[in-house]
Amino acid sequence: MINVTAILFYVFAGVLLSSAMMVVTVRNTVYAVLFLILAFFNAAGLFILVHAEFLALMLVVVYVGAVAVLFLFVVMMLNVELSHLRETVKSYSLIGSFVGGILAIELILVMVTWNTSTEAFNLTSAPSAFYGNVSNTKALGHLLYTHYALIFQGAGLILLIAMMGAIVLTLRHREGVKKQNVASQLARRAKESVELVDIPSGSGI
Amino acid sequence: MISLDHYLAVAALLFTIGGVGVFLNRRNVIVILMSIELMLLAVNLNFVAFSQSLGDLVGQVFTLFILTVAAAESAIGLAILVVYFRNRGDIYVDDITVMKG
Repeated sequence: MINVTAILFYVFAGVLLSSAMMVVTVRNTVYAVLFLILAFFNAAGLFILVHAEFLALMLVVVYVGAVAVLFLFVVMMLNVELSHLRETVKSYSLIGSFVGGILAIELILVMVTWNTSTEAFNLTSAPSAFYGNVSNTKALGHLLYTHYALIFQGAGLILLIAMMGAIVLTLRHREGVKKQNVASQLARRAKESVELVDIPSGSGI
Repeated sequence: MISLDHYLAVAALLFTIGGVGVFLNRRNVIVILMSIELMLLAVNLNFVAFSQSLGDLVGQVFTLFILTVAAAESAIGLAILVVYFRNRGDIYVDDITVMKG
């Protein structure tokens, strides 16, 4: 009997980690963004495996649909020379691998020694068993619009402020560009823009 | 069977890759931002795995908020990058110290 879940987990995790590795090592930034998209898709697969369907689809919609496309836009718009962006890789790779190795060892040490406190199960504030027979999306929506309604509004506010900030930062008024001014066009009246001149015949203006 | 520890291992490795990526790409801000996204993804993976393991949906709610903040952060970061590129014509992180008082 082959365990399909286990095979899917190892496939998703393997592709996720190797594409994450490609993101940080590949020379071309456009390829890095594409590998980032692949990583997000595989992370969404991992979310599906733990029955977090709503978050998996959210990851695809928000990250792949918005953030990764934003990255792609910026990478292609800036058109930076990539060749000498990589000059310093060698000088930083030593300290980078040192810090990364320490971080990995610490995380793995934590991982092999931790254990769950018996009281932890009593501390759950939104037990998923309570939402046993409804879908993940419905249960999350139930939580978000009741207990977390205020924080949810705050998240919306953060997004609004981020949008305004991005617009304010990148908006620029260039000198010497002719534009329509709709308000002044609408405010224009015949009296102040048309002039009737009586010209005696035979003479010019 | 896949246990919580498997997810924690994947998340730990992903976080480490993101952290190393910041060091490896010191001159390229775009890749640094992408590394930060990878680290946030690792944290989200931890939250979701624990949420499933402990049977508590709050972890997934929290992941949703992390997703929001990550999207806002990358939007602002890229906007700053665009402005910087417009002013200077390159995105060398090493030269950003020009503003020191």
